[in-house]
Amino acid sequence: MIREQIRPALFSFVLLTLITGVLYPLSVTGIAKVFFRNQSEGSLILKNGKAVGSEHIGQPFDAPQYLWGRPSATSPAFNASSSSGSNYGPMHADYLKAVGDRAKALKDADPSHQAHVPVDLVTASGSGLDPQISLAGAYYQVSRIARIRGISEDKIKKIIEKNTQGRFLGLLGEPAVNVLKVNLDLDEVKK
Amino acid sequence: MSTNDYIQCFIYMAVLLLLAKPLGIYMARVMEGESRANRWFKPAESFIYKVCGVNPARAEMNWKTYAVAFMAFNALGIFVVYAIQRLQNILPLNPMGMAAVSADSSFNTAISFATNTNWQGYGGESTLSYFTQMIALGVQNFVSAASGIAVLFAVIRGFIRKQTENIGNFWMDLVRSTLYILLPLSIVSATLLVSQGVPQTFKPSPKASLVQPTSYDQPVTDKDGKPVLDEKGQPKTQKAMLTEQVIAVGPVASQIAIKQLGTNGGGYYNANSAHPLENPTPFSNFVEMLSLTLIAAALCCSFGYRVKDTRQGWALLIAMTIIFVPLLWVCTHSEQTGNPLLAKMGIDQSATALQPGGNMEGKETRFGIVSSTIWASATTAVSNGSVNSMHDSFTPLGGLVPMWLMELGEVVYGGVGSGLYGMLAFVIVAVFVGGLMVGRTPEYLGKKIESYEMKMASIMILIPPILAVLGTAIAVVAPGGKANIFNPGIHGFSEVLYAFSSTSNNNGSAFAGLGANNIFYNTILGICMFFARYWLAIPILAIAGSLAKKKIVPVSSGTLPTHTPLFIFFLVGIVILVGALTFFPALALGPIVEHLTLAAV
Repeated sequence: MIREQIRPALFSFVLLTLITGVLYPLSVTGIAKVFFRNQSEGSLILKNGKAVGSEHIGQPFDAPQYLWGRPSATSPAFNASSSSGSNYGPMHADYLKAVGDRAKALKDADPSHQAHVPVDLVTASGSGLDPQISLAGAYYQVSRIARIRGISEDKIKKIIEKNTQGRFLGLLGEPAVNVLKVNLDLDEVKK
Repeated sequence: MSTNDYIQCFIYMAVLLLLAKPLGIYMARVMEGESRANRWFKPAESFIYKVCGVNPARAEMNWKTYAVAFMAFNALGIFVVYAIQRLQNILPLNPMGMAAVSADSSFNTAISFATNTNWQGYGGESTLSYFTQMIALGVQNFVSAASGIAVLFAVIRGFIRKQTENIGNFWMDLVRSTLYILLPLSIVSATLLVSQGVPQTFKPSPKASLVQPTSYDQPVTDKDGKPVLDEKGQPKTQKAMLTEQVIAVGPVASQIAIKQLGTNGGGYYNANSAHPLENPTPFSNFVEMLSLTLIAAALCCSFGYRVKDTRQGWALLIAMTIIFVPLLWVCTHSEQTGNPLLAKMGIDQSATALQPGGNMEGKETRFGIVSSTIWASATTAVSNGSVNSMHDSFTPLGGLVPMWLMELGEVVYGGVGSGLYGMLAFVIVAVFVGGLMVGRTPEYLGKKIESYEMKMASIMILIPPILAVLGTAIAVVAPGGKANIFNPGIHGFSEVLYAFSSTSNNNGSAFAGLGANNIFYNTILGICMFFARYWLAIPILAIAGSLAKKKIVPVSSGTLPTHTPLFIFFLVGIVILVGALTFFPALALGPIVEHLTLAAV
């Protein structure tokens, strides 16, 4: 009974491997190359022909003139070849301390602005590479960036809104601001 | 919960249930060679049968032969996946120069992918070559799912045939479910995903120079690459500048598409579908979330179609949905409410037009709360196990929901094929108990349910909880088990319970703080996954063989109807009762105590 099944087992394994392991990914790669070239290679953002990042991958920002992104639990932060969340449970002492420190850092960077900090600015993202923050998180930082860069808050808000992706069909997901794109635009602004 | 939370949950359930019927009927027809699609691909199909020495005209197998074919194919899969990982350093398509994977990790991963669990002890983008991802894991994503669908259709034949030994041919079921179901759906899904920004390339990972170079603490290592410790025993660090970012890419989209459709769940990246390149946008998220439950739910309609009573299929699908929806609500409500400890610190967790609020630790901005909780509930209801948020960082009740959905035995939609045949085991128990209550011989779809079927169904229902509870008990006393727990105290216990609930039900998701890539966990979790898959598949095939031999009893006034609301609630009751009684003590030690502690702070 077993011997009769050896040939179909071996040959079906080889053929299905060729179909699903070789033909399938190659044909998807072909479709991707023809129709979605940039997306299929990591959605890189080019500046003067050099990659300065990917549209979908966050970068570390801690200088006060830049918009800050989600805290990252990878090591070092925003390590795009080793993604990870913090995996802290809700009562972990180190987690609560980290949240407190992040909130303090935000307030210290802008002492005149002491409103409650939006939760996404002090909690680590799932991947450690989240490219986006909430609108609340972005608006929270406008006064600091405006003061340091010496440009008007309205101008910064416009840049933020320009780089906001809304809900899909107005229904699915959450509106989110792309931090890297905002910062690239901020660097382009002439005073 | 906000209005938008309700709207997103509603859209998800509505689209899922609307697609179940057409896809279900298509699958039912294509598996028996009755669909128009069968004619289009007939040459390819016939060629495969010819090479494999399968003659479709006289290919019928009895249940034992079917089980042997199923096991032979799976054993071969385990062996090949193990070998490829051990040899990936000398195999082609390894542009990032990944080393061979360790023996214990390869053992675990081989079983994990062959059993459709896709538990990941390793970090994908930093461990595996493109070759391993495609040829070893990508192939198992298809064939482990196809094996599950094959077994389900053999079981369905057991119900509809009479006085025969035969329940179909494993090789034909395997080939048809791959060619006609999984492959076309995957190509559509992969294309949609690439359009959203999921990579699909064989080039090495590109480098980007950072807009703002940042300083960070780099661990100091000695010549052997081991961390140097300071006087206090902490790893020494030095300041270093970070100026560039290596963006890991690869043939991602093709693998992600099938990992969701085949209820596999093993991601390309370590962070799984939370990674913005696996799941870049709300639209990609919806496509992935839908494809993880779609086939499993639609198979209920295939079942109804094949037994020529669509009400029977809907009854099972409704029973599953009745369990799913309230748990989805609990999870979403709990996460949206957020963490009381953060509220005390003056962190703004309210849901407004500008932010999703809630417990955002381990969640991505573009998904917020509700897209993360729908996913968490769906991925554990179905035995998928991919994640788009880190379950370890959920609130206690938010984390209890995914854990308990797995502990119910992966029958709420469940794995492709395996979910429905698991539910059919519960149905057998339900009609048996129901029959005892009214004093009639229990029957289901005209087949008498006797002690043999009951014994086999009981084995199927008992094995996963035994593995989960025993495994947890061993791990929390064994040194190798305790040493790798990440979160202290109660939450650490939850991490271990979650790991064993996940692997013993072939789910694959994790409270990922648990350090699972070591000899202890790789071995014990590998064993759990093995038995959870095969010790369920073989008894259900035995049931199929036994049922096929029986006559079909005509419906009489004494027949317990199995499509009525009464029976649906009875079935739900049996599933909940078994799941609740078995796991309540363990859950009480983990998430329930944690919830009470957190509420009291």
